[in-house]
Amino acid sequence: MLSGMMLVGGILVITRKNPVHSALALITVLLAQAAIYLMLYAPFVAGVQIILYAGGIMVLFLFVIMLVNIDRAAKEKTFNSQWLVGSVAAIALGGLFVAVYIKGNNIFPEHVMPGVADNSNTQNVATLLYGQYMFAFEIASLLLLVAIIGAVVMAKKRI
Amino acid sequence: MGHDLMGQIVQYIQSYLSSDQTPGAAGNMFWVLVYILAVFVGLSIAVIAMNWLERKILAHMQVRLGPMRVGPHGLLQPIADAIKLLLKEDIIPAEADVAIFWMAPFMVVLAAFTVFIVVPFGPTHAVTDMNIGILFMLGVSSLSVLGIVMAGWASNSHYPLIGALRSSAQMVSYEVAMGLAVVSAIIMTSLNASGTGTLSMIGIVQAQQEQGVWFIFKFFPLGLIAFFIFAVAMVAETNRAPFDLAEAESELTAGFHTEYSGFRWSLFFLAEYSAMIAVSSIAVTLWLGGWVRPFPNLLSGSTWDLIFSLFPGATFLFLAAMCFFNAARMPKHPFFRIQTIGLAGFGVVLGLIGLVMLVPAVRIRVQDIFWFSAKVAAFMYLYIWYRGTFPRYRFDQLMQMGWKVLLPMGLGVLILTATWPMRHELLSQVITPLWHVMLRLLRLED
Repeated sequence: MLSGMMLVGGILVITRKNPVHSALALITVLLAQAAIYLMLYAPFVAGVQIILYAGGIMVLFLFVIMLVNIDRAAKEKTFNSQWLVGSVAAIALGGLFVAVYIKGNNIFPEHVMPGVADNSNTQNVATLLYGQYMFAFEIASLLLLVAIIGAVVMAKKRI
Repeated sequence: MGHDLMGQIVQYIQSYLSSDQTPGAAGNMFWVLVYILAVFVGLSIAVIAMNWLERKILAHMQVRLGPMRVGPHGLLQPIADAIKLLLKEDIIPAEADVAIFWMAPFMVVLAAFTVFIVVPFGPTHAVTDMNIGILFMLGVSSLSVLGIVMAGWASNSHYPLIGALRSSAQMVSYEVAMGLAVVSAIIMTSLNASGTGTLSMIGIVQAQQEQGVWFIFKFFPLGLIAFFIFAVAMVAETNRAPFDLAEAESELTAGFHTEYSGFRWSLFFLAEYSAMIAVSSIAVTLWLGGWVRPFPNLLSGSTWDLIFSLFPGATFLFLAAMCFFNAARMPKHPFFRIQTIGLAGFGVVLGLIGLVMLVPAVRIRVQDIFWFSAKVAAFMYLYIWYRGTFPRYRFDQLMQMGWKVLLPMGLGVLILTATWPMRHELLSQVITPLWHVMLRLLRLED
C-alpha cells in the first residue's frame, strides 16, 4: 500500500500542471518513503527523512514555488516531447531492473546486518558512520561545507 | 464458549495493568486506544481551559475583567464560542484552490496531535515509547509548517500569503537553534556507565532520574542556557507573541488563516494550542525532569513521598473549595440562581475527583501524570505572560535574533556540553602539552 501511495504520488508529481500541487504530491511520496524505512527497521533514517526532506527541504521548495509567477507556468506544456531519448532511457532502466530481479541473488547475496533489527538502530548508524565509514562521511561533510560557502559567495554580491 | 471469550477479553484488558511498560510496547490494542482517546479528550479540555484562562489572565494583567457574562466569571464562554464557531457559515473564497484549502487545517491538526503519541506523561503513561521519540516529535511538529504554507497559498489573497511566508521563514530558522539545544540535552543522557545516550522520551526522563538532576541544572549554566534557547525558539516555533508576526493583526488582519471561518478556523485554533502544549512537553521532558516530582533528592524518604503524592487530590480539592467560595459570593438575585447552582455542582464534581485521587491505589498511578501536567501548565502560563508583557518583534529583529544570537549560542553550548565531561582528559592530554610546546617555542622554558 505504501509503495502504491508512492507510485500515485510520483505520477501526480509529473502530471500536475500546478507546481504547488506537484510539490505536495512529492511530500506524500517522501512521507510514504519514511514509512517504508520504518518497516525496514530503520527508524532513525525514517525520522531524519521526515525532518530533513518533508519538514525542511520541501518547505523551501514550496516557498520558492509560491513566489514564482504560476499563471505563466501553468500555460506551458508539462512534457517535453523527446520521445526517442526518453523511451531508450526507460527501456535501459527497465532492463536493468529485470536483470537485477533475475540474477540479483548472485550479485547481491542475501545479507542481514547483525543487530540491525535490534532496538538501538541510532547507535548502529553512529558506530558505522564514525567508525568504518569515517573517511567517506568526513568527505561528504566537507563537500557540504564547500557547497554552503559557495552558495553564500554566489548569493551575496558584497562580502 | 461465550464465557470463555469474556474471560479472555477481561484477561487481555488486565494484562497491561500489571505490566511496567507502555501499552504500545506491551502490544495491547485496547489500552492503546484508551490512551489515545484519553490524550485526545484531555488535550481538547486543556485547549478549552486555555482559551478561558488566556482571556481571563490577560484581562487581569491589563486591569480588565475579561469574559463575565456567560456563566459565573465567564466559565462557559469557551463553550459558547465553540457553538458559535460551529454554527458559522463556512466560507471558501471563490478564487481559492479548494482542495488545498480543505487539506491545510487537517494537516496542521494532524501534525499537532500526532506528536502526543510519544509524550511521556509517566513511566508507563505514554501511548508508546519510540526509539527515536524526540526525533519523531521534532519531525512531525515541523510538518505543521506545511499546513500553514498550504493555507496561506490556497487562500489566494495577499495577507494570508504574506503571513504564511513570514511564518515558514520564522519556523525554519528557529528550528535550527531548537535542534541544537535539543542535541545538547540528548548528549547529557549519554553520561552513564554504558556511555550510550537515548532519543526515547521515556529514556531521557529516566536518564535524569538516574543522574539525580534535572538537565536544566546539569553542568550549570550550560543546561540553563540550552533551556533558554529552547524556550525562546519554542515560542517562535508556535507563532505566539512576541514572535506572532505571522498573524500580526495590526498588519495582516489574521495572517495565514484570514480567509478561514467557522469550523476550519477552529481547527487552526485547536492546532495552535495543542502545538503549544506539545513543545512545552518537549521542554519539560528534556530539561525539567518530565514526570519526576520536585526535589526527589533533597526531600526524599517515605514521608515526603506521601506528602507529594497527596498534591494531585489536594489541588482538585482546592479548586472545589474555590468554586464553593465563589458560589457563596454570587449575587443573591433570582437571575443568578441557576449560575450559582451550576458553580456549586461544578465544585462538587471537582471535589469528588479530588477525593478519588486521594485513594492510595489511584494516587500512585496518577501522580506522574499530575506532575507532568503541572509543569506543562506552568509553561502555558508563561506563554500567556509573554503575550501580556512583550511587544512584538520586527521581522528583521526576529531573523537577527534567530541566526545571529540563538544559533551561535546553541553551537557554543553544544560544543561545551560535548567536551565538558572529558575536560580533565582534554586538559591533561591536549591543552597542557600544547601549552608546553608553545612555551618552548617562545623560549620561555627549556
